[in-house]
Amino acid sequence: MFSLLDYSELQHYWWIIVSLLGALLVFLLFVQGGQSLIYSLAKTKEDQALLLNATGRKWELTFTTLVTFGGAFFASFPLFYSTSFGGAYWVWMMILFAFVIQAISYEYRSKANNFLGIKTFNFFLFLNGVLGTILLGVAVSTFFTGSEFSVDKNNLVNLSLPKMPVISSWETPFHGLEALWTIKNLSFIQNISLGLAVFFLARTLGLLYFQKIINDEIIQKRAKKSLILNSLLFLVFFLFWIIRLMFLDGFAVNPINQEIYMQPHKYFLNFLEMPLVSMLFLVGIVLVLIGIGINVFNNNKNGIWYTGLGTVLTVWMLFLNVGFNNTAYYPSTYNIQNSLTIGNSSSSEFTLLTMSYVSLLVPFVVAYIWIVWKKIDSKSITREELTSTESHIY
Amino acid sequence: METVDWSLVDWSRAQFALTAMYHWLFVPLTLGITFIIAIMESIYVKTGDEKWKEITKFWMKLFGINFAIGVATGIILEFEFGTNWSNYSWFVGDIFGAPLAIEGIMAFFMESTFIAIMFFGWEKVSKKFHLVSTWLVAFGSNLSALWILIANGWMQNPVGMEFNPDTMRNEMIDFWEVLFNPVAVNKFLHTIISSYVVAAVFVAGISAWFLLKNREIVLAKRSLVVAVVFGLTSSIMTLWTGDESARTVAKYQPMKLAAMEGLYKGDRQAPLIALGIFGDPEDTFHKKEQLVVEVKIPKLLSYLAFLNGDAFVPGIEDLIHGNEKENIVSYEERIRKGKIAIDALALYKKKKELGNEIEAQQQLDLFQQNFEYFGYGYYFGKDPHLLIPNVKMSFYSFHIMVLLGMHFLVLFILLLYFIWKGTLQTKKTLLRVTLFTIPLAYLASQSGWVVAEVGRQPWTIQDLMPNIAAVSQIDAYSVQITFFLFLIIFTCLLIAEIKIMLSAIKSGTKH
Repeated sequence: MFSLLDYSELQHYWWIIVSLLGALLVFLLFVQGGQSLIYSLAKTKEDQALLLNATGRKWELTFTTLVTFGGAFFASFPLFYSTSFGGAYWVWMMILFAFVIQAISYEYRSKANNFLGIKTFNFFLFLNGVLGTILLGVAVSTFFTGSEFSVDKNNLVNLSLPKMPVISSWETPFHGLEALWTIKNLSFIQNISLGLAVFFLARTLGLLYFQKIINDEIIQKRAKKSLILNSLLFLVFFLFWIIRLMFLDGFAVNPINQEIYMQPHKYFLNFLEMPLVSMLFLVGIVLVLIGIGINVFNNNKNGIWYTGLGTVLTVWMLFLNVGFNNTAYYPSTYNIQNSLTIGNSSSSEFTLLTMSYVSLLVPFVVAYIWIVWKKIDSKSITREELTSTESHIY
Repeated sequence: METVDWSLVDWSRAQFALTAMYHWLFVPLTLGITFIIAIMESIYVKTGDEKWKEITKFWMKLFGINFAIGVATGIILEFEFGTNWSNYSWFVGDIFGAPLAIEGIMAFFMESTFIAIMFFGWEKVSKKFHLVSTWLVAFGSNLSALWILIANGWMQNPVGMEFNPDTMRNEMIDFWEVLFNPVAVNKFLHTIISSYVVAAVFVAGISAWFLLKNREIVLAKRSLVVAVVFGLTSSIMTLWTGDESARTVAKYQPMKLAAMEGLYKGDRQAPLIALGIFGDPEDTFHKKEQLVVEVKIPKLLSYLAFLNGDAFVPGIEDLIHGNEKENIVSYEERIRKGKIAIDALALYKKKKELGNEIEAQQQLDLFQQNFEYFGYGYYFGKDPHLLIPNVKMSFYSFHIMVLLGMHFLVLFILLLYFIWKGTLQTKKTLLRVTLFTIPLAYLASQSGWVVAEVGRQPWTIQDLMPNIAAVSQIDAYSVQITFFLFLIIFTCLLIAEIKIMLSAIKSGTKH
């Protein structure tokens, strides 16, 4: 089946898979968004417990998706893995720290004799919610604005190099943190905007999830109020980011000689030249708005599904926009010709083909996740459940 | 490579070792206890005896505490391949990345999805669905181990691939060869089965404590039966897989075997050093280690390594300086050939760029003739003794692991005997020994990894890529900062884990 695809088609297929994983990850960041609300939405310890027992049932899914996203990127586009992770060291390390402190906080926060105290673990969860989302947003924005790195595969055999024979080098000493203050093209504004957009989107999704799963009048009331504010802030930052993006020059690839050049309005043109992508992108945005709208105006609780699906479609299509149609998805502003494209950074044809067969398992994985999700969420979370002796409580 | 930043290499290694060792404090218990829990829950579902449910939930509680921190440390390992070993990520990403991605898709999701049912599903799903979920968590966690150990096994014995001079990396050409790599298969079996021993010792030790305290007697007795049968079976299997592993080391990583045995001068009829203590190293430039106490078993090393008591086992000096009689190429020669391979590859690229296809092909042929020693070329102009792993650490770790393995086997036999006789509760000393064996099980497990990883130094990919060519180009001080941050965080989390675990054990089956 996959053997009918040529190398370029396999590269495109894997970009679709990796992009989908990235999009699912952004949707599942509702866990982080929910965690970032524990001080504003909860007034008592019991409120906090209620919120965290809601997100606590799903944190592992987000975590696993992040790990799989990383693994799939490594396997299909290893040059990105080595360039970005080894170069933007501090950004990725901060993201890692933010996720490390999350993993144990759920299990340990309410346990007796937990050494650091419940307040510390709650703060860890809050920090994960804030840092994890903003930094991931900033990191993804550099896919459009670029980073200062160089790549030269010949370094591997250049033993006279002053340091190591490293293929990819970051050309600023800040190792990724410069994304927050790069003035050229006002990249820092663009990067921070997407960081904040992801942060408020995660909070919006978190609130929609709370409305769906927590059966408690007080939380419902506060969630609705908070939803309006957070969704508005999300829209402000996201619209600013996407509208400005449409006017930016983009990193285009000449399909004949693979040379990379700056093309005005590249990302806007990509949408025009890929109508299916732009249509699904717009459907995604509409679904995001419908989800928010029905929960705010119709007292409906199913907004999470609309906004969730909308988020997946929107983010997925954005990744396709930056990867397809002869575009460099990880541009270098240090040496534009060193930018990464899905053509020059992927694994070999054989590896992509082999992994493509493994990817056939994905629908089964999605199916059992769906079954388990439905079973676990078949009953809403209540304050009474927190005192139940049978349930595992965080 | 004229000026290697050793500080960066050392700190990067230290950070990876720190993360891996902390991670491995929690993984063995997860791998084994999930099966023990699944067995206990199966008995509950079969018999309907509520006490078995209570017992299952008690061990599940401890598993949950342990699992969370294992997950936390695991994510860092995956990303450190990129953050700290970026050159390696490119050089082998085509092969190494695939098992990692498959691990995520096949195993991680299974584990993390069904764990939700395990913890939150008691009142939401049927008994049978819950039991299936518990078994799936057990299989999922072991499947995770399979893929990452295949990746690790490939690093120790790179197979199923070919170097592509145009992309400057190794590319997979045979997935099944990677999957059924003999080093990987042995590594997987030995690692997971020895982890079952750790889990069995953990369960037996805590149960022994309950018996000593005269508390939770039913829980303790029933748990002991499951743990001891599981542990004894696993111990026997660990011996077998360990024996097989040693043979693959002898075949594919002779330097590691020599370091494990502190063998400097090779020998036919090489004796096994059952016990040994090092004194001060020789007062020479190379600081050769010297055993001052040793208990030798004649011919046994030759036999264990090659199933032939008269087989030649090369020592460190044979490998470094070569041994013509035994047809062993010296490291000096390997370095020379490795340098030829590197230079030929560089020239191939140049000639190709200039469009000189004939000369490019000549250089490519030269490169391919010498490729098997490619990694040695990075040590050109350097002392080949730099390629000797830490002998003391390899030797002691190996012997601690083996001796403790024997101890676990004897302990499980004794426990089973007294359970069968019905007198275990009166054997206070044996119960105390069982309790104090818990930290020893962790020590043995950690030692196993020290042997495997320290013993193969300096290779990240055996013979092809040394650690000095694998690291990311970052400042050593950046790695130092993250090293200490990880150290502080992991240590705090470990303290929290131990304190919570002890409280949970003391509270017994009380919810």
